[in-house]
Amino acid sequence: MSETTPRRVRVTSPRTVAARAQRVPPAREIDAQTLLGEVYMSSLLRSQLRLALLALAALAVLVGGIPLVFWLAPELSEVEVLAVPLPWLLLAFAVYPFLFLIGWLYVRAAERNERDFTDVLDRS
Amino acid sequence: MTAAGYSVVGVTAVFVATLAVGAYGWRFSRTTSDFFVASRTVRPGLNASAIGGEYLSAASFLGVAGLVLAFGTEMLWYPVGWTAGYLVLLVLVAAPLRRSGAYTLPDFAESRLESRGVRRLSALLVVAIGWLYLMPQFQGAGLALASTTGTGPWLGGVLVATVVVVNVLFGGMRSITFVQAFQYWLKLTALLFPLLFMAAIWFGDGAVSPASAEIGDGGGAGDSWVSPLAGTQHEVYTTYSIIIATFLGTMGLPHVVVRFYTNPDGAAARRTTLFVLGLLGLFYLLPPVYGGLGRIYAPDLVSSGRTESVVLELPARMVAGTAGDLLSALTTAGAFAAFLSTSSGLTVAVAGVISQDVMGRRFGGVRAFQAGAVVAVVVPLGLSLLTEGVGVAQAVGLAFAFAASTFCPLLVLGIWWRRLTDVGAIAGMLVGGGCAGGAVLGTLLGVAPGGWPGALLAQPAAWTVPLAFLTMVAVSLATPRRVPRHAARTMVRLHTPEAVQLDRSTPPR
Repeated sequence: MSETTPRRVRVTSPRTVAARAQRVPPAREIDAQTLLGEVYMSSLLRSQLRLALLALAALAVLVGGIPLVFWLAPELSEVEVLAVPLPWLLLAFAVYPFLFLIGWLYVRAAERNERDFTDVLDRS
Repeated sequence: MTAAGYSVVGVTAVFVATLAVGAYGWRFSRTTSDFFVASRTVRPGLNASAIGGEYLSAASFLGVAGLVLAFGTEMLWYPVGWTAGYLVLLVLVAAPLRRSGAYTLPDFAESRLESRGVRRLSALLVVAIGWLYLMPQFQGAGLALASTTGTGPWLGGVLVATVVVVNVLFGGMRSITFVQAFQYWLKLTALLFPLLFMAAIWFGDGAVSPASAEIGDGGGAGDSWVSPLAGTQHEVYTTYSIIIATFLGTMGLPHVVVRFYTNPDGAAARRTTLFVLGLLGLFYLLPPVYGGLGRIYAPDLVSSGRTESVVLELPARMVAGTAGDLLSALTTAGAFAAFLSTSSGLTVAVAGVISQDVMGRRFGGVRAFQAGAVVAVVVPLGLSLLTEGVGVAQAVGLAFAFAASTFCPLLVLGIWWRRLTDVGAIAGMLVGGGCAGGAVLGTLLGVAPGGWPGALLAQPAAWTVPLAFLTMVAVSLATPRRVPRHAARTMVRLHTPEAVQLDRSTPPR
């Protein structure tokens, strides 16, 4: 009787090793310049470039437009606000808070872009 | 004590304070990294004050008020452009430049384009722009000391050069950072404090508008003084050319760029730049007011052609007695803070390049840096003593147009465009620098024609900057096989936040 009893066999799933395959951290994907790493990088680069161009466009239109406006409408130079000539008011005082505002908004948005990028890498 | 006596005391105090604050920094300066980039540990607040102190040169402190007094509102484009230049720098360059991990502009050029040729050309341009900018500082110092104390015109330049060399020799960037931060606040106080008294007097006199002041010959009057467009002919072109040169030239100045390497990381570099934007805006509110008040209280400066000394003389003219002399001594002291801080920054930048690219093989580390500093100061000092007569504002304007036509395309395309090649960069810098340099030299030497060609040569930035960009892009596209091998990897390092754990080592050549 004991002769016919089959030997006990331990049954294990060969799939456990496959299921626990090594995850590749996304930072290494970027280092290795894989297709996936390329996607991560170009998305960051594109969002930062779009932001930079937006800030420059605001600067070009709102500050760079001043000479054009005064050239097309020279009588604006005569306008006085609180006894200060308009061109003087714009160029000597009003421009600076405006430049700072663009810079402040830009820094906030750029840091948000970078935080989002880091979060995506950490999560995946 | 006489008025000249007070000025001597004020200037001496600035020299002594500069050396004392510098000596405080000497104690921390040990390594090569201390000397070049203050070991990259400067916090945004301190660093922004230092950048502000370094950036506000003789042209800002004396030149702006003088130009406004003589020509009016259109000259406000210079301070506006010098501030907006920092915004462009913040948006396009600040964080990636810090993340590149390079010491100087030639370092950046070499690591991005993997070419010794680009490095050599950049080094040459850094030294050229640095000397071009140092020359008017020494000249301005000579003029300021001569007009307030009556000494020879050479003495001021020699004094400033000596103090700068001593500070740089012993402390490098570490000690210069403290000195410049201190000098920003000194300059602001030196303009603000006398202005409070002068504004009170102006209101007491009935607050006459400067635009309505009658000025004899030589200055724009009434309408043309108020107009924001430059000159009488080709005014739109000239105004936009000034805007392009100042907005884009700032990022190419060697002493501005070298400061970014002192930030701990890219995000700090951005915050520092934002701080600087605020500090510059605050400062530039003041000099135009001196120009405006000068039209009412010192109109004779326009006809005698000494408008650049309006900041130095106006307080003594408006405030009676000893108080006025003391206030004038304060603005004179502030002017010397401006000469010292800008020359210190430029000397550190130029000395860094000279020691690394010219002498690097024979001497090492700190010794080479110190020898470089001596060379960086002696040459422009000699030039400033030989060539008198080129105005402070003119020479500074040349430096901005030149920087905008050479380093601006290199930095912008290098940071944002993967396909830039070394041949393209060299061609672009040669074309841009050659045209801008040639145009303004022609104007200075007086060989420029009148009419449209004259206007194009006097303010070349509006055509040389696009030309440099176009050349760089076209030649790069024509040489696609020369795209640097590790371009993609370098771009990754420039734009990835430090929080991401990347392999940031230099790729093997």
